[in-house]
Amino acid sequence: MSNLVKGRTGDWEVVIGLETHAQIVSDAKLFSGAATAFGAEQNTQVSTVDAAFPGMLPVINRHCVEQAVKTGLGLNAQINPVSIFDRKNYFYADLPAGYQISQYKSPVVGKGEVVLDMPDGERRHIGITRLHLEQDAGKSLHDQHPTMTYVDLNRAGVGLMEIVSEPDLRSAEEAGAYLRKLRSILRYLGTCDGNMEEGSLRCDCNVSVRRAGETKFGTRAEIKNVNSIRFVMQAIEYEARRQIEILEDGGSIVQETRLFDAHRGETRPMRSKENDFDYRYFPDPDLLPLELDPAWIEGLRRGLPELPDARKARFVAELGLTPYDADVLVAEKSHADYFETVAAGRDAKLAANWVTGDLFGALNRLGKEIEASPVSAPALGELLDLIRDNTISGRIAKDVFAAMLETGKSAGAIVEERGLRQVTDSGPIEAAVEAVLAANADKVAEYKSGKDKLYGFFVGQAMKATGGKANPALLNDILRKKLSA
Amino acid sequence: MALDRTIVARIATLARIKVSDSELDALAGELGSILAWIEQLNEVDVSGVAPMTSVAHMKLPMRDDKITDGGDRDAILANAPQEARGFFAVPKVVE
Amino acid sequence: MSELTRLTLSDARDGLRAGEFSARELTEAHLDAMAASRALNAFVTETPERALAMAAASDARLAQGQAGLLEGLPVAVKDLFCTKDILTTACSRILDGFKPPYESTVTQKLWDSGAVMLGKTSLDEFAMGSSNSTSCHGPVENPWRRRGDNRPLVPGGSSGGSAAAVAARLALGATGTDTGGSIRQPASFCGVVGMKPTYGRCSRWGVVAFASSLDHPGPIARTVRDAALMLQAMSGHDPRDSTSAPIPVPDFAASLTGDIRGLRIGVPKEYRVDGMPPEIETLWQRGVEWIKAAGATPVEISLPMTKYALATYYIIAPAEASSNLARYDGVRFGLRVPGASIDEMYENTRAAGFGAEVKRRILIGTYVLSAGYYDAYYLRAQKIRALIARDFAAAFERCDAILTPTTPSPAFALGEKQDDPVTMYLNDVFTVPADLAGLPAISLPAGLSDDGLPLGLHVIGRAFDEETVFRVAGVLEGAAAFTAEPGR
Repeated sequence: MSNLVKGRTGDWEVVIGLETHAQIVSDAKLFSGAATAFGAEQNTQVSTVDAAFPGMLPVINRHCVEQAVKTGLGLNAQINPVSIFDRKNYFYADLPAGYQISQYKSPVVGKGEVVLDMPDGERRHIGITRLHLEQDAGKSLHDQHPTMTYVDLNRAGVGLMEIVSEPDLRSAEEAGAYLRKLRSILRYLGTCDGNMEEGSLRCDCNVSVRRAGETKFGTRAEIKNVNSIRFVMQAIEYEARRQIEILEDGGSIVQETRLFDAHRGETRPMRSKENDFDYRYFPDPDLLPLELDPAWIEGLRRGLPELPDARKARFVAELGLTPYDADVLVAEKSHADYFETVAAGRDAKLAANWVTGDLFGALNRLGKEIEASPVSAPALGELLDLIRDNTISGRIAKDVFAAMLETGKSAGAIVEERGLRQVTDSGPIEAAVEAVLAANADKVAEYKSGKDKLYGFFVGQAMKATGGKANPALLNDILRKKLSA
Repeated sequence: MALDRTIVARIATLARIKVSDSELDALAGELGSILAWIEQLNEVDVSGVAPMTSVAHMKLPMRDDKITDGGDRDAILANAPQEARGFFAVPKVVE
Repeated sequence: MSELTRLTLSDARDGLRAGEFSARELTEAHLDAMAASRALNAFVTETPERALAMAAASDARLAQGQAGLLEGLPVAVKDLFCTKDILTTACSRILDGFKPPYESTVTQKLWDSGAVMLGKTSLDEFAMGSSNSTSCHGPVENPWRRRGDNRPLVPGGSSGGSAAAVAARLALGATGTDTGGSIRQPASFCGVVGMKPTYGRCSRWGVVAFASSLDHPGPIARTVRDAALMLQAMSGHDPRDSTSAPIPVPDFAASLTGDIRGLRIGVPKEYRVDGMPPEIETLWQRGVEWIKAAGATPVEISLPMTKYALATYYIIAPAEASSNLARYDGVRFGLRVPGASIDEMYENTRAAGFGAEVKRRILIGTYVLSAGYYDAYYLRAQKIRALIARDFAAAFERCDAILTPTTPSPAFALGEKQDDPVTMYLNDVFTVPADLAGLPAISLPAGLSDDGLPLGLHVIGRAFDEETVFRVAGVLEGAAAFTAEPGR
């Protein structure tokens, strides 16, 4: 197993489970009618229900329930027809009610899985333990004032899906792959936008280690609220090493909650009172059990978009793409959609090369998302058509593409304007080749006496003479004939 | 039978209510006698009985995903003991 | 003008519509009465200007023939109901200065039906109590006194202020809430009618929560018809309360036909408790005779779980309260006592803001929910609650309504029953089961104790069958012909 970590006294296995909090895409909050949009002025998206004023009561948002069920279906998970909302009781400045409405013993979604295709070709099945609905808390700002913390409740009450993985991950790399895959599924479904910088996706990492071959789990530490995939991987690596060092020195791991300090690349313990681990869960008496109609669930299942795994399989089976190319294209739904538009009725492999190579390269350079691509999918398709029908060569197409990016004009317009049509008439090509051979009689003689490398020189000169527009295959044909004459 | 002092202290911390040492003993006694009185419930045979969490005879109602609330910061802050630049202000929380 | 405070709500309603007097006159008479009776301490906030403005608006609507159900009728509001921009404190220091930016659904319905708000009445702090002696604004006095005894008596609780105000004729009606008996028990102690409807009949939105699965808003008034009219205005589905019943509100007053022939009235043997004063037993028997005389049939029924109801309540209610009261932390409203850290601020604020009884219940509630104790206490109590509900369901196969006394004693003196908390809890032994089962129940004054204090009879009905409850209560009220009045 390549995932083992070498310690001083032997090999160690790292065991990781991830709890991901995904903010639900919805207009209003989970239990109130306040807005959820990111970036509003503090406390301008707060209902008296969110602020837990006296006498306020929760009413659940149907759309949030739908989003959770759709996510469960996308994770191939068991949808529980009856689930219960519980209160999780604890005191914190950004938790106005002194409790969070969550789900404890009876979540809305049960066991499922996420499939990872690792770069070494291995296929890993990562179990999902459960998914439940809960409220997000507000935001505490500790750095605005020397002695005061400032509280903004805009985020309080926004719907979250907590997605818990089984402790099936065995490396930081796998954890990264899992998060990327999960994020991709959520974005395909439209149930979470996966924007980790804005906090729509946050991850708590449970990390423990054990000696290679050991079957019992070691004591784990929980690293809370890591907000980028890169940091998750760093935090896991740091924590694994930290724990291995402690155990090799004969110490033991304290089960505790830790934070990841991104500046130092370290995890450190959180300062919370021990007592607060008693959340005193009980069913929320302001709500009733959530009962889902099987027909309604079926309806949601039928309405699901094609998900990454299925789309990848289809790209490989029906469009003949390599698994690697398919993987790259399906990672983001918008990319896959773009590609399919380009590939429709065309050579899929050619389309894949242009999209993953030229287009993605250009977008990276320009710092743009595909939604803002200067070259639309139909426009790129038109370019590929011009290659296929021999109007231009593949080489010229690259120049045309560059011009399309710059000017926003269509491929056809640029080819016409700049006179880039490929020369497919043998007449002008023959003339060009004859002229080159005539002007370089000495090199012709050298070639004929064995200097094969000069062939490329003749190609280059002839191509230049045609302004780069000679059809390469035809030019080769004519040149060979003339040289062997 | 009084409740153990340390248990009362722990419960008081969970509930975030400061209880002085002198109050602790009185409370331990009172809580103890309430809990002793409640012990009678152990006589009841509850095997096979599902717990009743609500007497509401209905299904959980759901609301439409529409923005119908919020947007009135003044109302939300009007009763705040301390407020600053549109935030609630509290003594600094150490993480 | 004091004649006007002698009217029932129903008669005042008729008088206004007949133009015998104006809403303004009616309200002024009650405001005067309130001013003269401040010694009772029934009101914690008086709203005379608003009352007069509302009365003026009512007079305009009456003149245009657009009278709402309770047009122009002055009522009092228990200070547990949030009233927009008007002090709402739950009679706790921790809500010092709190003015809600919203109106509770139930009180809004009252104002929409034309009622006039006289002010906010006192209650046991956070509705926890049976004597109204734990209000941070001081105890409320019962307008009744024992014959030949000058000691002030408690009005009962937690809706003691509302019951006292109605009994002393300071308001034609008042809102209350009933979680363990807090409408019916004070109504019984004060010689007035108190109605706890079915759970979910009246919305809890905007009512400061004590125990969510047990809180029932309802009316306190001087007659059964008055209570029926008030409940009519207060009831109705509220989409903002997920436990609010999505069913239409029947015409409650129309149920007062006076005819209960053929009804079977259950008499539960387990309500005959050890040491029950003979006068209570006598009253109960008289009640049975009255219903027989009216053509109904008494049926002995058994409610075997009755004796466990109080202890069950004292696990569930504090548990829910411990969570509901966590929001009182000094951050967004009410009292804040400074602290060096936020936890210290919480601890100082809640220690200073909550009274002793509230603290006790929060701590018991926290304890029974805590790790290791949940199954033994809370879960077990929820199962016994199911058994209590099952008891009633079985009983209602054999009867249409149940008749019991309301309380095991008449009103007691201020300071009595304070030795240990449990003694105070026993006041609710007859009322608590109906809260646990969510069933409609009413208390009406039916007789006097040997000391000349009012005693109440108590009728429990099937879920959402307030009509039968009112009908039976109306007949008992007629038979009892209770005309005694408090001295004050």
